[in-house]
Amino acid sequence: MKLGVVIFPGSNCDHDAFYALNEVLGQPVEFIWHQSENLSGFDAIVLPGGFSYGDYLRTGAIARFSPVMRAVERFARSGGLVLGICNGFQILCEAGLLPGALMRNRGLRFICKHIHIRVENVATPFTSLAIPGQVLRIPIAHADGNYFCDEATLRELQRNEQIVFRYCTPDGRLDPAGNPNGSLDSIAGVCSRERNVMGLMPHPERADESILGSTDGLVVLRSLVNSLARQTAAVS
Amino acid sequence: MPAPAALDDIKVTPQIVAEHGLAPEEYARIQQILGRDPNFTELGIFTVMWSEHCSYKSSRVHLKRLPTRAPQVLQGPGENAGVVDVGDGIAAAFKMESHNHPSYVEPFQGAATGVGGILRDIFTMGARPIAVLDSLRFGSITPDAALAPEVVARNRRLVDGIVRGIAFYGNCFGVPTAGGEVVFEPGYSGNPLVNVLALGVAPKEKLFFARAKGEGNPVIYVGAKTGRDGIHGASLLASAEFSEESQQKRPNVQVGDPFLEKLLLEACLEAMATGAIVGIQDMGAAGLTSSSCEMASRGGVGVDIDLDHVPQRESGMTAYEMMLSESQERMLLVAERGREHEVFGVFKKWGLDAVEIGTVTSDKLLRVRHRGRVVAEIPADAIAEQGPVYQRPLAPPARSTESAPSLTLATKSADLTSNFRSLLAAPTIASKRWIFEQYDHMVRTNTLVLPGAGDAAVVRLKGTKRALAISADGNGRWCSLDPRTGAMHAVAEAARNVAAVGARPWAATNCLNFGNPEKPEVMWQFSEAVDGIAEACRALSIPITGGNVSFYNDTLGKSIDPTPILGVLGVLEDASRVLSMGFRAEGDAILLLDGRAGEPSADNELSREFASSEYARTVLRAQSRGTPPSIDLAAEKRLIESLVALAAQGLLASAHDISDGGLATALAESGFVSASGDLSAAVAVEGAEPAEFALFGERGARAIVTTPETSLAGVQHVAAQWGLGAHVIGHVTRDPFEFTYNGAVVIRDSPASLRAVWASAIERALLGEPAAKQP
Repeated sequence: MKLGVVIFPGSNCDHDAFYALNEVLGQPVEFIWHQSENLSGFDAIVLPGGFSYGDYLRTGAIARFSPVMRAVERFARSGGLVLGICNGFQILCEAGLLPGALMRNRGLRFICKHIHIRVENVATPFTSLAIPGQVLRIPIAHADGNYFCDEATLRELQRNEQIVFRYCTPDGRLDPAGNPNGSLDSIAGVCSRERNVMGLMPHPERADESILGSTDGLVVLRSLVNSLARQTAAVS
Repeated sequence: MPAPAALDDIKVTPQIVAEHGLAPEEYARIQQILGRDPNFTELGIFTVMWSEHCSYKSSRVHLKRLPTRAPQVLQGPGENAGVVDVGDGIAAAFKMESHNHPSYVEPFQGAATGVGGILRDIFTMGARPIAVLDSLRFGSITPDAALAPEVVARNRRLVDGIVRGIAFYGNCFGVPTAGGEVVFEPGYSGNPLVNVLALGVAPKEKLFFARAKGEGNPVIYVGAKTGRDGIHGASLLASAEFSEESQQKRPNVQVGDPFLEKLLLEACLEAMATGAIVGIQDMGAAGLTSSSCEMASRGGVGVDIDLDHVPQRESGMTAYEMMLSESQERMLLVAERGREHEVFGVFKKWGLDAVEIGTVTSDKLLRVRHRGRVVAEIPADAIAEQGPVYQRPLAPPARSTESAPSLTLATKSADLTSNFRSLLAAPTIASKRWIFEQYDHMVRTNTLVLPGAGDAAVVRLKGTKRALAISADGNGRWCSLDPRTGAMHAVAEAARNVAAVGARPWAATNCLNFGNPEKPEVMWQFSEAVDGIAEACRALSIPITGGNVSFYNDTLGKSIDPTPILGVLGVLEDASRVLSMGFRAEGDAILLLDGRAGEPSADNELSREFASSEYARTVLRAQSRGTPPSIDLAAEKRLIESLVALAAQGLLASAHDISDGGLATALAESGFVSASGDLSAAVAVEGAEPAEFALFGERGARAIVTTPETSLAGVQHVAAQWGLGAHVIGHVTRDPFEFTYNGAVVIRDSPASLRAVWASAIERALLGEPAAKQP
């Protein structure tokens, strides 16, 4: 089993994702350069946070055209697990691998702080170890995390249970006060219809050691590793 | 010998010399060095290199008095950054720099490029930046009868633009902006201060230095293309006073591209790892000029560069413009001849320009070619090291004749609770959350103490058990009253802050912000401040590893308060022992650690000291200026040693030094940032002084710590070992905040209500709203 963390020019949470998976969870991880089109040997791909290509145009808008994204698309279409964190989520939306878009935060400023999210669907490879309705305390750090999609898409997301995380209050209520960036329907993370691609704005890799103030992000990363292990076991 | 001719020949006339701001004796010195008249390009080169900003010509004689040697110092002043050994084979490079004038002219880009510049200073040494701190000074952002509304409005715009600029650069680059300090004082209205401190780490044996070596080795230009931006940034913007026309200097401000800098960081570190790089320096102030001649001078060699090979953003640039451009995100490096392709390969991978523009020579000359002709030929050492050095006249300002300060303290029945609320709403005291939430302070997952949660920023060193703590502090108001004592307080407070998170103060850098050095009073302030820093650093065993001097902080003839900022780095051997300031558990004992407990003070002295406090200024609106609190460095040392020992033994639940706003403020803050957010303090204190002195006085060498009952005896034992007063003054509670003085309750309020005032004050001030009302 091997996980890959993509490096786009301007990725800056690549080392953090690598550290969380490799050092904290003890998994084999390799970096993947943005010009690589070959993902053979990888069982899951992580698109990390950062400012790919500077994000001067629109977040993720240029990254989606990078060579590695052609490979990620093929990888995802064939059922491979893809996790997009923050800028990675934005890129997955731009690439059409996830529905919707991430707009400028409601307050028009960058926000970095711990927030709370509620697990809305535990039947995904990224939340399989979570309890339904579990509240996680995880940091966000973004200027463009305001999730938006048209009404038909929203209904479809709701119907298919593709909304994986919603922003909430510390006690798990959906309330504008718990929604830091103005996201539609308090959406913090969504998955593909097939469940194998997921993106979220909060940073689970920043909440995986007690010394950092929270270990709630481990639920997401451990679920991913656990799902992979089961997948691999099933194949062999 | 005639001067080398350039295509852009402009005859150097006395008028042109004067326009470049060179003194007649400086021009004569140039003629003497060259043995002829300089041409226009050479004149430009000398002007920027001999500017105050680059040459330290007014400060050099004083800076020599700072203590710079200690066993842990791997690199003292004179390189891009100071470097210290922090254990486990790791070297920490850190430095602070100002970007005051650019940030006033163009707040967003000025602040952004301030961050960019100091980051390059760190990674040019081979160290990956792991934290940034900012020391900011602004004028008032709250309505003030003495200030025109448009001045307050401009100050608010400056806060917004500067904070956005810092966020823009640091967030994209991917370095946590993990701490800093922000002070609002009327004197900074026309001249805000933006001091940025960056910290980086590298394996000890993998440091790089800005030295050119090896005749025939290629000189390689990497990074962004050169444009006409920032020409004379160092000489015109940073080395002259401000006037009403200063807004016209906006084209002298550089424009930053943090994405490019991020690529430059990764490419430089990767290229350094190949082993093919001999020396490297960033192109900061004075760009290509300073990097080329300083590298040559330090290496004892010459450099021969051809400007035709320099990547250019626009066409038709003259040699003068290229040599003086301060375009950002550029580096100059010397590689080993025969291995340059390894360097080119790395930069190509990252999509960056890397071009051989010249070679290292043995003739010790900086030779510049352009369009087939030599356009400058100057001894490198003469520009970099033989600049003018001034022993400028010093004169203490007229002594204040004030005998006893005319302070009107609150009457016995006065509502100190209401005064306390006003103090908590003062922007200098209030929560800086609105600011630090705009900064990514967690990227790289090393930040152990979040901004506002402790007295210093703390970042762990992955792969070791260690962490580094860092704090930047300064008090311009105190320095304006007594620069020597004020500067000592800056050192002591920064060191105390580092110790309060459990780290041992290890080394310091500084950023010295002063007015026009040609004014004897300013030069006297500077000299006094340097002596104060030197004395405090010696007493606390903290070597100075470098720093930055920012003179000419004058607008319309008025100088800022002298503002030396000290950045103290500390080492925490066991990261798991890190302390924050927030209360942890209900029932924990609150102790006042006091290095000067029992020391008698004359009433007069106490009043004078109190007159200079934040409370006296912002709440009592005292007209009297007073004096800074007296300082006792031995007491500071005892407090620091004791805090470090207490943390190492794991005896404390929290620690917070007492500084701005005094004991009452420190107690309230520890409640505001407590784990659950709803803890508070109930304390009782006895004393002979007026209640307000006990509540809000800012005398140093004190901290409040909390500990569970089971560790209380242990804490008192350690404190006694260091000869420190350690009295239990109360306990952590979920009840209202309560301060009892000599048996009478002087402050009592709901923690949530106090917190609301403190938490929202800055945002409200920026929006022009009044402070939160009593619920």
